[in-house]
Amino acid sequence: MDLNKLLKAMLVALPIMAISACSSTSESETDAMGSTSGSGSELNGGVQTGGVGAMLSPEEQQRQQLEELRREHIIYFDFDRSEVQTEFAAVLEAHGTYLVEHPSVRVLIEGHADERGTPEYNIALGERRAKAVAKYLQGMGVQPSQMSIVSYGEEKPLDFSRTDEGFGKNRRAVLVY
Amino acid sequence: MKILAKWLALVVLLCTTPAKAALDIVITEGVDAARPIAVMPFVWQGAGAPPQAIADVVMSDLVRSGTFKPLDELGFPQRNIGALAQFQANAWASVGAEALVLGSVKPYGTDQFLVSFDLIDLVKAQNQALKGPVSATEFLMDSRQTVISAAQFRQYGHRISDIVYEKLTGIRGAFLTRVSYVVVNHTQKAPYQLMIADYDGYNEQMLLRSPEPLMSPTWSPDGRRLAYVSFENKKAEIFVQDLYTQVRTKVSSFPGINGAPAFSPDGKSLAVTLSKDGQPEIYVIDIATKAIKRITNHYAIDTEPSWFPDGKSLLFTSERGGKPQLYRVDLNSGKVTRETFEGEWNLGGSITPDGRSMIFVNRTNGKFNIARMDLNTRFMQVLTSTRLDESPSVAPNGTMVIYGTTYQGKQVLAAVSTDGRFKARLPAGQGEVKSPSWSPFL
Repeated sequence: MDLNKLLKAMLVALPIMAISACSSTSESETDAMGSTSGSGSELNGGVQTGGVGAMLSPEEQQRQQLEELRREHIIYFDFDRSEVQTEFAAVLEAHGTYLVEHPSVRVLIEGHADERGTPEYNIALGERRAKAVAKYLQGMGVQPSQMSIVSYGEEKPLDFSRTDEGFGKNRRAVLVY
Repeated sequence: MKILAKWLALVVLLCTTPAKAALDIVITEGVDAARPIAVMPFVWQGAGAPPQAIADVVMSDLVRSGTFKPLDELGFPQRNIGALAQFQANAWASVGAEALVLGSVKPYGTDQFLVSFDLIDLVKAQNQALKGPVSATEFLMDSRQTVISAAQFRQYGHRISDIVYEKLTGIRGAFLTRVSYVVVNHTQKAPYQLMIADYDGYNEQMLLRSPEPLMSPTWSPDGRRLAYVSFENKKAEIFVQDLYTQVRTKVSSFPGINGAPAFSPDGKSLAVTLSKDGQPEIYVIDIATKAIKRITNHYAIDTEPSWFPDGKSLLFTSERGGKPQLYRVDLNSGKVTRETFEGEWNLGGSITPDGRSMIFVNRTNGKFNIARMDLNTRFMQVLTSTRLDESPSVAPNGTMVIYGTTYQGKQVLAAVSTDGRFKARLPAGQGEVKSPSWSPFL
């Protein structure tokens, strides 16, 4: 969940991967590594070919990075708060960039609350969290028509432990494509 | 939730044999303050096995009222008597109970039974026995007989409880009532179920089952319809469902929140929370015409409307003061006044049927409990000591509150008397049980 660390790790890892792998999307990375790169592949006649991964332009690198970030689709909130914390800025920027580049893509933003307080108040709180995320994305240029919102309040917890840690996991907004 | 059925059996056990009470029970506080009463098993005057024990229904009702403590039948000076004529006042002179309920059941044609019962004022009987013979009818408080079918035993038991309770306390009994609630069982494909049961958990029926959340069931004043929120269309919508015909009517499906429905006292309107105009605000919807009227207008959250008994104003939760507190809005003038100041949060409020006090969720030191505030003296009393309490719903006679709480990591229902002296937990069966709503008198 520590996104700053993830980000830094990606910055270091990406150029390395760019040299060693030829894939352009992180999802097909493992396939590429296994079948064509690294030690090369054997062909008929005993000869062996070797190769290097394609060089990624800075744009491509950034794209990879954003795709990685977009896999993170949950934003967590403090108790009874609905402001987007700065630690989630990178994740939201990744989603925002993607949505701006793909104006036909729509996203559902779910707002959730922990189990403290009443169900009705938590519905209101969940909506405010979802709206805070929508506003953030709109600020990046995402069209309001691309986004819809639903609040589930405390009705769909992720964690049923009812501990402080569990409450923390339940206070969230979820981006659903 | 067979749960409540189990509860009933356990309550009876608890009173008679405390040693067996180590089960899921239930009465967590308050039995000591209860008034002793004697309930004699009704005498069966037919052949073969006796039908369902009606006195057991009466006893558990009286226990659950928090007001009475039925004595162990084994200590009764007379056993197996079914009418006043067999009652010998002298024999009962040393029994420490204020009243005796006795009765009989006899076959009365196919699937029909004649049930008779007498309510005897034991204190009066004991006093008069000292003065010499008097007419037994002197201490007869009530006596009735009715023909019922085999299926009506529990119902008539509750009826007897209502009569006994009212005769002895002056307060109308609420034993012939029902409760609706939501059961969530995540091991099932459609985890959310809207349920209805007798107030004691018997005769549980499913009204609706959904793969998406169901919330906030609430009764119409005539006890015939329920309003609730369903996410079956991946958004919050308010439905009204007729309990007899099963006909469902979608009443509200605006963009955003459609929540927290509450029937007006005349049953014609619903107060609701809508966020279609931005922030959650209180509106009143005419159920027949669907016409809506906006009641509140503030950039903070306004929700959880609840009607004052006269239908002229609403109690609601607002965080316009920074944190959730209870406010009252006059429906004619739109004037808003703050009702609660004590504690960190106060929310989810409703007015008791007598209009004198308010039941709500209070947050103090981070703990959520059910509280009551007297509207005249403004004295606030926290009633419960359970965890994560929410969704309080007051019995139609104002004596008891049913609410949702958390016990051993699970959502369960619990009850507390409005004076805070009687507390009971209603253990859950499968899944989580939440959002209880007590019916009006049926």
